[in-house]
Amino acid sequence: MNARLASLHTYKRTVLDPIVDANPITVQVLGLCSALAITSTVLPAVIMSAAVIFVLVIANVTVSVLRHSIPHSIRLIIEVTLIASAVIIVDEFLKAFAPEVSSVLSVFVGLIITNCIVLARVESFAMHNGVWDSLLDGLGNGLGYSWVLISVASIRELLGAGSWLGYAVVPLATEGGWFEPNDLMLLTPSAFFVIGLIIWLARTVAVKRAHDSGRSSAPQRQSSKVA
Amino acid sequence: MNELANLVLRAMLVENLALSFLLGMCTYIAVSQRVSTAVGLGIAVTVVQTVTVPVNNIIYEGLLAAGALSWAGFGALDLSFLRFIIFIGVIAALIQILELVLEAYFPRLHATLGIYLPLLTVNCAILGGSLFMVQRSYDLAESVAYGFGSGSGWALAIFLFASIRERLRYADIPEGLRGHGIAFLVTGLLALSFVGLRGIEL
Repeated sequence: MNARLASLHTYKRTVLDPIVDANPITVQVLGLCSALAITSTVLPAVIMSAAVIFVLVIANVTVSVLRHSIPHSIRLIIEVTLIASAVIIVDEFLKAFAPEVSSVLSVFVGLIITNCIVLARVESFAMHNGVWDSLLDGLGNGLGYSWVLISVASIRELLGAGSWLGYAVVPLATEGGWFEPNDLMLLTPSAFFVIGLIIWLARTVAVKRAHDSGRSSAPQRQSSKVA
Repeated sequence: MNELANLVLRAMLVENLALSFLLGMCTYIAVSQRVSTAVGLGIAVTVVQTVTVPVNNIIYEGLLAAGALSWAGFGALDLSFLRFIIFIGVIAALIQILELVLEAYFPRLHATLGIYLPLLTVNCAILGGSLFMVQRSYDLAESVAYGFGSGSGWALAIFLFASIRERLRYADIPEGLRGHGIAFLVTGLLALSFVGLRGIEL
């Protein structure tokens, strides 16, 4: 019974750790490349998050299944090919069933291949762990990536267009309301500002939590990374 | 000629890969602690980009595009969905070849750039350049111009950023903002100044 509980606990940690404490974006600063350019509105960010979760899970599971038969010297090229295959599936699926979304995301779906999160998880986790753990790890990291992406997109769309997911939230000044949209939020630089502020918030919270609970290992690891 | 020069300028300043498409961010943030390393990486990106975009253009037009194989009797074949795998393979292979050539003929250059070259295989700016080339259907001459322009634009961005970052070492920054947080805010300001370059033409 206890062993069962312990393994449940590990599963939970595998999924939850990457969402807050080891978040791929705010803590490890990975995988921003393909992400932030499409965060000016929420819808593409949601689709992009779904695509990344799918690729992460598929790549992690396939690599984990094949991990004993992949020759060490050519593992990188095999991993990249497996990731690229998963990305092709996503791209063809979007082209067939959601052509408008596909044209908004343009090259950024293809750039999931070079998303550092995917290769990092495959290389550092799936190559050494079982299928089930790898699946959970892919899911957790995908969710950790998604919440940052969708938060950035929500802030930008709310301040930049006064809407969320295309639905009007606050009455715009142009339509007789009081809210004056900030066009800067729809331009690229604001993605940098918003992500910078989110990282600030996430780190401050992480440091405070570690202080409160009396643990000192987590912030030390982080501050050494920062330096 | 004027058109190509315009393309270079636009790829370098207006549509800067790092600052307006946020490509290559992982390397951009990670390797910008010192100006000298940033310059080395910038040169490596420019060289790799100038080589890979035209080569991928030739392969795409000759083998992958719809109807490209009509000479072999496969006129109806459209292999363009294979471009992700092919491009990443071509990039990896070209970087390997470039490393060997540099090592054999330009050992001093290899000593400076050698460590950055393998990193570039998974740099989104490099793959992104090739994907943009397909999306905007550039021809061969335009690909060379675009490859050079976008590569040097990325180099310019990381050089500017590293120069500012060296100064930041002496700044008194709030604890949670140190490191990556402030790096993004600074990049945001840089990107804002590049927005002002919109509409530049020769």
